[in-house]
Amino acid sequence: MFLAVAPFTPTNGSRSLNRQGKVAELRLELNSGGKKDKNYSAKKIALKKIVANMTMSNNDMVALFPDVIGCMNLPSLEIKKMCFLFLVNYSRMKPEVALKALPILVDDMADNNPLVRALALRTISYVHVREFVEAIFQPLKRLMQDNDPYVRKTAAFCVAKLYEHDKKMVENSDLIDRLNRMLKDENPTVVSSVLASLVDIWGRSESISLTIDYVSASKLVSILADCSEWGQTYILEALMAYVPQDAAEALLLAERIAPRLSHQNSAVVLTSCRVILYLMNYISGEKHITSLCKKLSPPLVTLLSKPPEVQYLALRNAILILQKRPEVLRNDIRVFFCNYNDPIYVKVTKLELMFMLTTKDNIGVVLAELREYATEIDVHFVRKAVRAIGKLAIKIESSAKQCIDTLLELVDAKIPYIVQEATVVIRNIFRKYPNQYESIISHVLRNIDDLDEPEAKAAVIWIIGQYADRIDNSDGLLQDYLATFHDETVEVQLALLTATVKLFIQRPTKGQQLVPQVLKWCTEETDDPDLRDRGYMYWRLLSTDPATAKQVVMGQKPPITAESEKLDPRTLEELCLNVGTLATVYLKPIHQVFRAARPRRLLPSPALQRSHPEDGTGNMLDYNPPTANMASASTSSSGLATITTTGDPITPVNAPPPPNLPLPVANPVGAAGPSNMNEAADAADAYFSGIGSQQMASLDLGGGGGAPQSQYVVTQNQQQVYQPHLAGGAATGELLLL
Amino acid sequence: MLSGILIFNQKGENLIFRAFRSDCRPRLADIFRIQVISNPQVRSPILTLGSTTFSHVKHENIYLVAVTKSNANAALVFEFLYRLVMLGKSYFGKFDEEAVKNNFVLIYELLDGKPIPLYPNNPAKATSNNGFFHFPEILDFGYPQNTDPDTLKMYITTEGVKSAIANNPTDSSRITQQATGALSWRRSDIKYRKNEAFVDVIEDVNLLMSATGTVLRADVNGQIVMRAYLSGTPECKFGLNDRLLLDSGESSGPSSSRGGGNGLGTSKATRAAAGSVTLEDCQFHQCVKLGRFDADRIISFVPPDGEFELMRYRATENVNLPFKVHPIVREIGTTKVEYSVAIKANYSSKLFATNVVIRIPTPLNTAKTTERTSQGRAKYEPEQNNIVWKIARFSGQSEFVLNAEATLTSMTHQKAWSRPPLSLSFSLLMFTSSGLLVRYLKVFEKNNYSSVKWVRYMTRAGSYEIRF
Repeated sequence: MFLAVAPFTPTNGSRSLNRQGKVAELRLELNSGGKKDKNYSAKKIALKKIVANMTMSNNDMVALFPDVIGCMNLPSLEIKKMCFLFLVNYSRMKPEVALKALPILVDDMADNNPLVRALALRTISYVHVREFVEAIFQPLKRLMQDNDPYVRKTAAFCVAKLYEHDKKMVENSDLIDRLNRMLKDENPTVVSSVLASLVDIWGRSESISLTIDYVSASKLVSILADCSEWGQTYILEALMAYVPQDAAEALLLAERIAPRLSHQNSAVVLTSCRVILYLMNYISGEKHITSLCKKLSPPLVTLLSKPPEVQYLALRNAILILQKRPEVLRNDIRVFFCNYNDPIYVKVTKLELMFMLTTKDNIGVVLAELREYATEIDVHFVRKAVRAIGKLAIKIESSAKQCIDTLLELVDAKIPYIVQEATVVIRNIFRKYPNQYESIISHVLRNIDDLDEPEAKAAVIWIIGQYADRIDNSDGLLQDYLATFHDETVEVQLALLTATVKLFIQRPTKGQQLVPQVLKWCTEETDDPDLRDRGYMYWRLLSTDPATAKQVVMGQKPPITAESEKLDPRTLEELCLNVGTLATVYLKPIHQVFRAARPRRLLPSPALQRSHPEDGTGNMLDYNPPTANMASASTSSSGLATITTTGDPITPVNAPPPPNLPLPVANPVGAAGPSNMNEAADAADAYFSGIGSQQMASLDLGGGGGAPQSQYVVTQNQQQVYQPHLAGGAATGELLLL
Repeated sequence: MLSGILIFNQKGENLIFRAFRSDCRPRLADIFRIQVISNPQVRSPILTLGSTTFSHVKHENIYLVAVTKSNANAALVFEFLYRLVMLGKSYFGKFDEEAVKNNFVLIYELLDGKPIPLYPNNPAKATSNNGFFHFPEILDFGYPQNTDPDTLKMYITTEGVKSAIANNPTDSSRITQQATGALSWRRSDIKYRKNEAFVDVIEDVNLLMSATGTVLRADVNGQIVMRAYLSGTPECKFGLNDRLLLDSGESSGPSSSRGGGNGLGTSKATRAAAGSVTLEDCQFHQCVKLGRFDADRIISFVPPDGEFELMRYRATENVNLPFKVHPIVREIGTTKVEYSVAIKANYSSKLFATNVVIRIPTPLNTAKTTERTSQGRAKYEPEQNNIVWKIARFSGQSEFVLNAEATLTSMTHQKAWSRPPLSLSFSLLMFTSSGLLVRYLKVFEKNNYSSVKWVRYMTRAGSYEIRF
């Protein structure tokens, strides 16, 4: 059957005419037929057209509200349903008209036919109008004890709907108690619906707590097999409210839930994983844990044969689980190799997992694979692959040479973005292994003319500065860059400044002309406070005591690591209690992404096993500033891209210069902007600690300042630089690692 | 849970907007259109803005979007969206923009519960079966309810007029009992004169081979589809040559051999001769008693009526690759690429594969190609940048060769060719790459009738890729 649909975008002129014509036409059709129309077929067709136009025609159909209500009482369930659909859609716009439908619905809730009772209850509870909400309370109590399980099931969800409309009213009534009593229902579908409803209410309340004792939990597990796949998911979610008091009980439940891992529905599988991982916190005995871990592994890998979105979710959760229970993913790394046709978000996450799972035993296979990826078409993915190779060099010391050789091969292909990316990672390799691989400097400098991205330029400038005494024409190379000093980004300018000072310290004769000039530019001709302050700092340092200057500028640098940006224990714990949820895609503290989400914690019990010392309370404070930033950031249109930057302690260093800042500002706190005094102060400290480029500055923030990130992660601050053109990548939340 | 379900076309027009909670405002449709559909940078199926999360899947030319407002169960969201696609496909044949526009009411009703004709595209079937069933709502307050097409089949009633069913209280309560019952996927009063069951074992074999000819990855995703036409409430037991079941004595088996990985060495033959297969993992239809499988690996179930997917499995050991491919690709200067691709069938000469298609990538600046084949036809498809070589029938143990040459146009911007992998598709009957066999299917029913069972095996190419 073909249904007429209003034109999608009528032109402005004809629009009102068109609308009125359409509405009048449909009204005529709806009221036609008369007595001859025994099966109401004319009305049905008219109603179908009206419903079809509901979404597409900008609410013009609301004019037909009274006419539609007129049809509601006809003895045809089909018509009734269409009228109800209309009602639910438009009741908010015209509550006064909607009220006319109320008596019909209230009548229906007492109908003989359970389908009609349930339909009326479902419909009336969708209507967000006070009179409707008030009218449900009494009938609802009756229907919660209906003799038909389908009606009881509908009534259970209805309580959660009422709670959404009016919290107070529900809390002041005995509905939640009644709902609780319904848990004793003999029908498993009803029980699972009650649990879904309770968990929904719990999630939106500050005061209600949800606890399940062992006997109830055990009963719930026993009815799992009798529920639909969705019902199983609701029950499993509710089981997170059970706090085991005894290790044996937890183990028994986990083992009884384990068969669910073979379910076809990935929601059942991942939610089972969540419950089992949760229960494992309360299970003692290495043997039991190992056996449970073994059971979790194959289902997670099987999810990789599902549609890409589910694969993505499974992979994100694998990253999480890998940090909490590495033994779960002891399988062959090759299951995470990318297929050529995988969507980019799947590929990038697989790449992260590959990096995490690489050891010195399998690095040969991984490098061959990464090399393959580096020839693909997607630039973003290629860059990540190149970066991963560099990071592997830093992660696995014994294979560094192998990684470097792979990188150099790629550089020889002369594809500009590969060269740039490789330059950046090679800089990090120099940094990690001083005095080992400098023989390749000349190889890197060969491509110096291809570099046009700030990050790559800064990297190569760092290399020139650091090894100014080994590169014959280091002053010439720097001079080339200095010629365009004023056109460079701040990142490059900072690198140039530091590199020039390094050149001067190592080869005073060659640097003596450059240094005064650069210092003058930095201190007098720039608007950027970071650059100016660093310039002054060097100036004073060099003019007071050249020997100390050498010690400071060319001093020993603390080591860097390539360990993936491990989640802090508190976030990890929280995310593990939310396996399979949206938050696991972002792998961020849940409050940063979902401010309204109710926090979940591992609750203490005699059975709780603690694998790591509790250091959570201190971290709480450190996580507040990012959350506060989030509030303002998330409203901007760029959305997620902004979330990712807030956690970075060195934000002020790379931030674009605030415009029109008055020049003579002596106070670095003011210079870094009013947003965050602490960060600014830390950043200032970092400058004065005297270690050249901003990479090292961030290191000092991490190590010296006692900030939560005690490890400096190689790529952490590069991420920011790439964000502008990788907004999409950022939105996938893939920032954890690469 | 879900706050709303939205459907868009590719232009970003909102075709369906169904809110289940009051926090799903109409303007969210505009936000999705701006932030996802018209934003070429979006690369993730999930987008969170403020407290609102849009999760979408693309099917044909429509976007199906779920709106959630909290930290929802993402697995459930996507499973549901895919279920919606599946339902759409089973009703409309093709679930695309046109189908949505022609079936607005039906889709709203799908979401809300409604009597619906079972075979809308096949009136003949509908009349012979009196095929109408009542469809319970698939979502309530954004919580998925009954979405299983199998479950829906039980709503076939004998009356022809849909409203008559639903308006009759006794029939209605039968519907409600089934919608909430334990054996929700099966009616109790099914009768067949001839009791039959068909089992299809379908395997998708995945291969990733490196340019040097080493197997990087080879595994099998298997699927067992059953069509059960059995009377009453039959209790079925299904036996495979599952190694864990056959050698239940030696528990150390799988872990010790796993180290060998995907090696296609000599152990293959002996293992296959012993006639057992190691299943890495299994997933079952909801009718299978998972507790029993977990305890003693017995697959026991009461099947739904008609066709359903009984199980899926994964095997990674001793994968028999049906085809061996040897590509030799030489880039001659910047103007020419020479191909020589040999493909050999690795299965018994009694079998033959059908619809074998080999896609051989060509550089983007290919101007023209010439091909010679010893069997089948090869054609250059410029829009795909492929030479497509088709062999309709490929008998076992035979070997065919393609020689081709691609002439390239010169380009000002010389960029290296990324050399995407060569890929294969085929289907091969009576062959399983994993070596899986159905050992028995037993049917127990209180009437003790005898039943006929049929088994069919097929292996298809999943992602069968060879780098060069």
